[in-house]
Amino acid sequence: MIKVENLTKKFGKLTVLDDVNLHLTGRGCISLIGPNASGKTTLIKSVLGLVVPDSGRILIKGSDIQGDWKYRKDIGYMPQIGRYPDNMTIGQLFKMLIDIRQSTWEQCDKELMDLFEIDKIRTKRLGTLSGGTRQKISAVLAFLFNPDILILDEPTAGLDPVACEILKEKMILEIQRGKLILITSHVLSDLDELVSEVIFLQDGKINFHKSFDQLRKDTGEERLSRAIAKVMGYKGHAQNI
Amino acid sequence: MLKIFKYVFLDIIRNKIVLLYTLALLIISLSMFNISESPEKAIISLLNIELIVLPLICGVFSTIYVYNSSEFIELLVAQPLRRVAIFRSILFGLVAALSFAFLIGLGIPLLIYSPDSTGFIFLLSGVALTACFTAFALVAAVYTKDKAKGIGVTILLWFYFTLIYDGLVLFILFQFGDYPLEKYMIGLSCMNPIDLVRILLLLKIDSAAIMGYTGAIFKDFFGSGMGTIISGSVLLFWFVLPAWLAIRKFRRKDL
Repeated sequence: MIKVENLTKKFGKLTVLDDVNLHLTGRGCISLIGPNASGKTTLIKSVLGLVVPDSGRILIKGSDIQGDWKYRKDIGYMPQIGRYPDNMTIGQLFKMLIDIRQSTWEQCDKELMDLFEIDKIRTKRLGTLSGGTRQKISAVLAFLFNPDILILDEPTAGLDPVACEILKEKMILEIQRGKLILITSHVLSDLDELVSEVIFLQDGKINFHKSFDQLRKDTGEERLSRAIAKVMGYKGHAQNI
Repeated sequence: MLKIFKYVFLDIIRNKIVLLYTLALLIISLSMFNISESPEKAIISLLNIELIVLPLICGVFSTIYVYNSSEFIELLVAQPLRRVAIFRSILFGLVAALSFAFLIGLGIPLLIYSPDSTGFIFLLSGVALTACFTAFALVAAVYTKDKAKGIGVTILLWFYFTLIYDGLVLFILFQFGDYPLEKYMIGLSCMNPIDLVRILLLLKIDSAAIMGYTGAIFKDFFGSGMGTIISGSVLLFWFVLPAWLAIRKFRRKDL
């Protein structure tokens, strides 16, 4: 569904993405992991068209996204930090996005909205919300239009344990429905039960891209966080020699 | 496009700063009309507000608004929408909301105390200046990533158009005082939207006499139908140019 070919992006002198090639097929939850400043968010933003790459191209469902905007109707995006116009109420925000997507209230996926009990705070202004509540709103928005591809940037950061579980269950449900979920997260322990593939990004290059089972086998570790730590630790050790 | 415009507009007119701006304009203009002996004198006093305070507030407010909505702009760009459409909606939303505030704040008192063509031109040029300086602000906000720098650029632009430019013109006038510069002054005044509005309005209030021979040339030019059309187009140009620059940059900007 998503194909990235020779993607390069520089911010000034800094090369953030260096000739990245990726092919994501079909369904499942793909976890994008890497140290800070490894280019995770830039990669995600390139797919969304928020960042314009210097060279290379990105294909979504087989067509080049350069200069295209309609392809984004298939993507649900949950940003790392969600901030919305202060003077708008939650209900108005939803109404606006439904308007923009030319959808109707009936067609929308309201499961997450019901579970988070957003209806109770519909008339609250977005400027008065706490960070966690805003995160919930972002999550609801990402799933609202039933997109085939979900891109979640640090979705569990700032959510309380209950909300976190609700979101995870929703993600599992969507994977079963055949959706592709691309996720970045620092809280690796959250991901164990979801992830089917792991992409490890380092210094703007893809270090490896393999299935979680393969990674388990290669490292001999059962948990994702330990497996990743082992991969990173091993690298550091090798460099020291 | 109209949908986003509507929401941006509604968001801004409920902003506390914009409400304060409207209220301040309303109080100042009402008291000016009550203090002054004739409405014309009050308009001359209000002219300074329109030429100095309005550009500053529109510029700084718009810059800050764009920076503060950066995450929201990101959310919109991630939707199936054209970038240009998003940008236009924000630009016109800002212009419409700030013009609305101006029209309430100054328009109501003008309608009460001076409902003639002078008042009408006064309001129209205020809207034009609002549009120009909102567009300038968007250029500053789109080209610089840092918020403090962006606001600095806006203030610098305001400073240039309200003070430095006049200083430069005066400098040229004194240096080349022996030459007949009157006709060139028309060209020079077109290089600055604030100057253009000032001349248009001073001519309208018949204060052209205080400008001497240059005033007579101005009256000849700007008083004619052709001059009005030209000055209107020049003001439009001062809105279209920065807006075009900002859109051109925004199309390929990394958010």
